[in-house]
Amino acid sequence: MAVATSYPDRWRRPPFVARAWLRWVLYGGAVLYLVVAVGSVEVNWARLAEGLQRGARLLAGFMTPDFSSRWGDIVQGMRESLTMTVTSTVAGILLAIPVGIGAARNLAPLPVYLVCRAVVALSRTFHEVIVAILFVAMVGFGPFAGFLTLTVATIGFIAKLLAEDIEDIDPGPVEAIRATGGSWLQLVDWAVRPQVMPRLIGLSLYRLDINFRESAVVGIVGAGGIGATLNTALDRYEYGSAAAILILIIAVVMAAEYGSGLVRRRIQ
Amino acid sequence: MLRIEGLQKQYRTGDAALRGVDLVVPAGEVIGLIGPSGAGKSTLIRCVNRLVEPTAGRIFLGDDEVTGASRRALRRLRRRMGMIFQEFALVERLTVMENVLAGRLGAVPFWRSLTRRFPPEDVRNAFATLDRVGLLDHVDKRADALSGGQRQRVGIARALLQDPDLLLIDEPTASLDPKTSRQIMRLIGEVCAERRLAAVVNIHDVALAQMFLGRIVGLKAGEVVYDGPSAGLDATVLTRIYGEEDWTRTARSADGEPDDAAPAAPAPAPRLLRAAAE
Repeated sequence: MAVATSYPDRWRRPPFVARAWLRWVLYGGAVLYLVVAVGSVEVNWARLAEGLQRGARLLAGFMTPDFSSRWGDIVQGMRESLTMTVTSTVAGILLAIPVGIGAARNLAPLPVYLVCRAVVALSRTFHEVIVAILFVAMVGFGPFAGFLTLTVATIGFIAKLLAEDIEDIDPGPVEAIRATGGSWLQLVDWAVRPQVMPRLIGLSLYRLDINFRESAVVGIVGAGGIGATLNTALDRYEYGSAAAILILIIAVVMAAEYGSGLVRRRIQ
Repeated sequence: MLRIEGLQKQYRTGDAALRGVDLVVPAGEVIGLIGPSGAGKSTLIRCVNRLVEPTAGRIFLGDDEVTGASRRALRRLRRRMGMIFQEFALVERLTVMENVLAGRLGAVPFWRSLTRRFPPEDVRNAFATLDRVGLLDHVDKRADALSGGQRQRVGIARALLQDPDLLLIDEPTASLDPKTSRQIMRLIGEVCAERRLAAVVNIHDVALAQMFLGRIVGLKAGEVVYDGPSAGLDATVLTRIYGEEDWTRTARSADGEPDDAAPAAPAPAPRLLRAAAE
């Protein structure tokens, strides 16, 4: 019963890059580039010191948030932001559902699929800030530009993730509903919707969070909402008011996070 | 009820799944389709309702041709063919009742199915069918709350609610334990007898097929190599279908005891086909 052949007692995982010289060139090159790149960043120590002082003043302001002196502006900005968030989320989701269905290869014929994928890609190409600048130029300052921006962003986001979820569904029920002689619409309603609904609800709530946060950002480029109020406060060096606004944004985001967590736990 | 002539299917990958299958299933007869994995059993029954598009050949349901039917005509034909699946293919987040009523989708307009307002006779029929398969207590449960055997009963009820002429049954017991498998096979046999349904049952379990089905069609590499009574499945025939293996403990030879569980339908004489010459 003796083992006839002798087996090696050493084993090493095969390296990711098989050729040794190429491995050294690749890794060595990457390290070299990193060193050179870090060296090329010009750090202006004088301005950094100045910035530290300004940062300290900002922090000091934040220690004493001032809700009262700009309260009217804050309320209006908050109201605009919340309106923008809710309306753009609802409009975006309503528009995203048909696009998402069309962008799912297992439901849509090829031409529809390509068009819908193009819509998704287009609305995801640019960051919200750039889209907001465009819309501000088109429809002027104010929350309407913000609404349009966030709607476009929501379409791309929801449609892409919805399409991917639809492509991942269990094909069994789809086959079964087709076999009963159901129409395409019935197929979507009976075999697809029940399978993707929990995820769609979760995504929508998540997008609501994101849209509120983004509403503060797009405000800075002129698209209204709490971001505009924050921008004004910072421009005027009113760090107390700015702190108050940031605290309120944090509070709303946390409330939304908690609320959507509750809802998500109840579905499924 | 079902007539298949020269059916061929070649997948885009180039694999020939079916190479000229001829098959006739009269009304009221339940046939078992056996064969090794990849022999084309699933492809065959999916070609019948054109979930898989056949490459060549003709398929008739009664007097109507399935192959070449327009999309609208195909939907109407599909209503007359109930399908039962291995993994049950229920919509898990819908209730048992919704899954059963899904059998009516081909017959009701979209708005009715969207609002779940089915015609009263459909609802009554759904309750009656659920009672028939023994699930009247589970009407409002979600499908994913049921056991495997119960889910397959829902699948059967859904197919029956179509009021079909033909049942296409794909591995109905492959996901079930032996006892439940027998119960499900018995139920399928009974409902087909009650309603005089033709049925094609894909099945892996030769012993189970012999126990519950009168006529067996053996498929090998896309061709029919046996078509005859289940009692005729002896070691020679099984070798022809599946290849060399010790079949002595599987096959119940034709001259053994008659299988009392098999339906008493008159079994057609064994027709030994092409492969017999090999």
